[in-house]
Amino acid sequence: MLEKANDNPLRPAAPSLFARLAASQEARLAVITVLVFALMGALSPERFLSVQNITSMAFQFPEFAILALAMTLTMLTGGIDLSVVGIANLSAIIAATILTQLAGGTQGADALGWYALSVAAALAVGLIAGLFNGLLVAVLGLPAILATLGSGLVFSGFAVVLTGGSAVMGFPEVAAFIGNGRMLGIPVPLVLFGLLAAALAFVLSRTAFGLKVQMLGANPLAARFAAVDVTATLIKVYVGSGVLASIAGLLIMSRANSAKADYGSSYLLLAVLIAVLGGVNPYGGYGRVIGVVLAVLAMQFLSSGLNMLQVSNFSRELIWGVLLIFVMIVNARPDLFQFKRRPPAA
Amino acid sequence: MQLSSLRIDWTRNETLVPLVIIAFCALAAFSDPSFLSIPTLTDLLRGSIVLGIFAVAAMLVLISGGIDVSFTAVAAFTMYSTAMLLNTLAPDLPWYAAIGIGMAMGAALGSINGILIVGFGLPTLIVTLGTLSIFRGFMLTFIGQKQITTLPPGMREFGRMMMIRGTNPDGSFYSLPWAFAATVGVIVVTWFILHKTMLGRSIFAIGGSLESARRIGINVRATQFFIYVYVGALAGLAGIIHSSMARVANPFDLVGLELSVIAAVVLGGARLTGGHGTLTGTLLGVALIVLVRNSLVVIGVPATWQMVVIGLLILIGTGLPAWQAKRAAARAA
Amino acid sequence: MSVPLVALNGVTKTYSGITALDDVGFDIGRGEAVCLAGENGSGKSTLIKILAGVEKPDRGRIAFDGAQQSALNPRASAAAGIKVIFQDFSLFPNLSVAENIAFSAELGEGVTLFRKRHVRDIAARTLARIGVDMPLDAPVETLSVAHKQLVAICRALATDAKLIIMDEPTTALTEKEVRALLAIIRRLKADGVAVLFVSHKLAEVLEVCEKVVVLRNGRKVAEGMASEFDAAALTRHMTGRDVALRAPAALDASAPVLFEVASLSKAGAFDNVNFQLRRGEVLGISGLLGSGRTALAKALFGLVAPDSGTLTLGGLKVPLGDPLKAAAAGIGYVPEDRLTEGLFLLQSIGRNVAVGRVDAHSITGLLARAALWAESADWLNRLRVKASSIEAPVRSLSGGNQQRVVLARWLARGPQVLVLNGPSVGVDVGSKAEIHEIIADLSRQGLGVIVISDDLPELLSTCHRILVMRAGRITDDIPAGSTSETELAHRLAS
Repeated sequence: MLEKANDNPLRPAAPSLFARLAASQEARLAVITVLVFALMGALSPERFLSVQNITSMAFQFPEFAILALAMTLTMLTGGIDLSVVGIANLSAIIAATILTQLAGGTQGADALGWYALSVAAALAVGLIAGLFNGLLVAVLGLPAILATLGSGLVFSGFAVVLTGGSAVMGFPEVAAFIGNGRMLGIPVPLVLFGLLAAALAFVLSRTAFGLKVQMLGANPLAARFAAVDVTATLIKVYVGSGVLASIAGLLIMSRANSAKADYGSSYLLLAVLIAVLGGVNPYGGYGRVIGVVLAVLAMQFLSSGLNMLQVSNFSRELIWGVLLIFVMIVNARPDLFQFKRRPPAA
Repeated sequence: MQLSSLRIDWTRNETLVPLVIIAFCALAAFSDPSFLSIPTLTDLLRGSIVLGIFAVAAMLVLISGGIDVSFTAVAAFTMYSTAMLLNTLAPDLPWYAAIGIGMAMGAALGSINGILIVGFGLPTLIVTLGTLSIFRGFMLTFIGQKQITTLPPGMREFGRMMMIRGTNPDGSFYSLPWAFAATVGVIVVTWFILHKTMLGRSIFAIGGSLESARRIGINVRATQFFIYVYVGALAGLAGIIHSSMARVANPFDLVGLELSVIAAVVLGGARLTGGHGTLTGTLLGVALIVLVRNSLVVIGVPATWQMVVIGLLILIGTGLPAWQAKRAAARAA
Repeated sequence: MSVPLVALNGVTKTYSGITALDDVGFDIGRGEAVCLAGENGSGKSTLIKILAGVEKPDRGRIAFDGAQQSALNPRASAAAGIKVIFQDFSLFPNLSVAENIAFSAELGEGVTLFRKRHVRDIAARTLARIGVDMPLDAPVETLSVAHKQLVAICRALATDAKLIIMDEPTTALTEKEVRALLAIIRRLKADGVAVLFVSHKLAEVLEVCEKVVVLRNGRKVAEGMASEFDAAALTRHMTGRDVALRAPAALDASAPVLFEVASLSKAGAFDNVNFQLRRGEVLGISGLLGSGRTALAKALFGLVAPDSGTLTLGGLKVPLGDPLKAAAAGIGYVPEDRLTEGLFLLQSIGRNVAVGRVDAHSITGLLARAALWAESADWLNRLRVKASSIEAPVRSLSGGNQQRVVLARWLARGPQVLVLNGPSVGVDVGSKAEIHEIIADLSRQGLGVIVISDDLPELLSTCHRILVMRAGRITDDIPAGSTSETELAHRLAS
């Protein structure tokens, strides 16, 4: 009976495209994002839809959006990385120190060389910090939330120790490109975010590592029993998160033209918020990059639009929270938002 | 049947944390004999007032198997709104009215968490993350962003009420405000609820096994709702005390502390998985954090290292039991 | 004749068109112990839920003490003295023995304050009633399974139980613990408390029961005095056929040794285990709970690190204590607890198979998705997994099909030795036979198969040879053809 069977008991799934779209939370989120964009465009067309506003949005969101990608990666395994902001700032400070202390006032090719070195150093910091987190979670068995809470304090703490808490500034011009430059007219931060999001989506869907991350998040015990290399996979996840965080750190440094231990402190909760809003299951096993990208856009459209409408800067936070809770309620109780009541599924 | 006899378990946080505290104090006393003094103690106690109330609240939620990160926002919202409300409407109300209003407002905000968690069955971390943004965003958008430097007289008076007052040999003053009694009160009331009422035992039961609690007929929804309302009221109280002691209501204060508070509670032995947590452990956790904050310099570590030290303490305090549990699991077949 | 404590009459229940219970009726008398036997899916759990008031029957009458119950609900059922002890006991691991025992009683009294002394009194009294001594303040998480069960029984007694329903009461107990449980049941019966045992293997409790009721596919197929039943009769009624103990095809005498276990020991689990497995051989390992069989099974796959000993597969040493290396060496392991250890319940059927082969299909780092998918689908077809779609969550499958998904995952890896821990736990009779067919097929193809089970007929009909474990040691090595179920049962327990 283990020979190939002729009859095929596995019929391929063929529900209509529309039905599948309506059932997916990414599709619901896409609708919300488009509605937000349309609403803001309608309320303040000449300003919200202006090229200037759209480019300024494109410069603003990538730094925290990249942190949200890092959060997505760890949340997929049922973990979380609360140390991303700490890693970002520590990486930026290391890079900034190299640029100010060693590169001095160099120009041109020299400056570029020093900048390359500083970027490499920042990425190495992200890698080592991520490795540290990975060892805590995968080898020592700490709950991710506590491991990264503690390590986040340690990383931020080192950033304070290195700088005494003050900002490091005075970089060569080349450092400004990544945060403020344009490629073919497109803001570099946006290009960077696009590349990273695409890369993460690719890794998650097209590599063995990506599939293992999702299965591990769905049931770590079953993953172990299925001979998935759980420890190595988890370590790679936290290293990936650390490196993404250090890239965000370089971006923040470039945009602020300085590095400081307490930059982006509001980004931590924001990154968690975006990941959850994007449909990533905080208990692991489910999440798609496209959802996270949509969530980032929805957030950015909302806050920029409200800015245009002269609403205070702080209303962003309020709106973010409301949006998060709203989406969670929609996902938990879709029946509340259907006009035609369907009989409950048996 | 034979249960393992009682012996000191060196990986229990309730044992480890006091040891670290004693070692810290011994080291501090060695490098600066004046460390062991009343002013150090009153500084420690004063530093624990607000943090202690927060920690008790956070512990309660952890015991029930949830997590709350919104309590700092509730506190900030409450202290700022109460100060503004009293200043504009009823500046002559006494201090206890301010506290009453603050706790009621906190309870109301807590009930929003309760409705979302109990009514819609949403995960506690996500809900409180959302309400953290909502409460803070609402306050800063619609209530105000400027510090209130002139507090209502009731709150000012409360901030000036001192239990203990004294003069150091060098002529400086030390003191302990009556607000400390509020923290003691919170501890006593919470202890009573947790250990002397069926409600409290139900909180432990729910944290131990939600499904079993449902099956034996514990009113899980009412119990959870109570927790978030009570935590809200405690946060409100902490907010009023914070601004009274600081003599200013700064809307940007407090938020950002939430993770450190949870860290202190976990350091004290509460588990994120629910069902476990003691007031003693929690208070020891708070004491350790406050000690590191206040007195790191005394043992010769520059103040800039404070964050690193607290981070390492959290990693050690949670890492040792986790590592021990992992090894025990490997030994058992 | 006195009025029965519980009388069921014509109870029928359908779930969305599928009949779970069909016209079932029987009585339970005061102080009587009744066995309710049936395979998985026979309607046992539905009946428990109806008695507990959790589910309402579509038709039929239920009477407590002669009084017809119109609408049962959990509270009415509990007030009538019907207490269910679920298989997981529903205890609070973090609370003390005393609190676990007295919690429902205190809730029932509606008190606000926690009366610690009173709670300890209730607990001490209830424990005394069943003649058990236990530290009242010990947290329940530190107790053995048997003691947890006793706590659950005491909790039921503390609330004035008239009928205690025990769901699968003996599955997790050792022989000695079952004896102790039976002694307690006798005391309860003398006390006037009725007991309903619900299980798919009840031979062990027959001796304390007055009556046996057997369900199959939702119908009552047999009822009678317990003395009229023995283990074989129960099985026949539950499955609806005589399970022919047909020994597997004889093993080729010249088959080479494939896998060798030498002096494998782990303190507290198993001691100096030695055996050889030949190509194409199906080797059974049995033993009661606590005999070390599960730890040994896990050690073969590296999930448990032995203290000493060697594993040799095809002449090469298998590194100990690392599932990845065991799997790489060619050992596969199908776990006992399918739902938590075997499956990714919310993930698709396809992914549940593919997860075993992701590395093999990503030589370049990129996943060859088409090939991986085709391979998974192929294995699902070969094992005749019945599903609407390969994309459907594996949770939607029946127990038998779920087990085949786990098997497909391992077979896709082409292992040389497959360790099957409880291969047919929780699957229906038909699937069980098919899984046995699969095992025979694997043996024909030259795989070495190790079946760990306490299902003796299963071992007798699938294995060439059966090892019996007691207290961590292998005490018998029996060729399957030369033994009977009774003899095997005797060797397990003695």
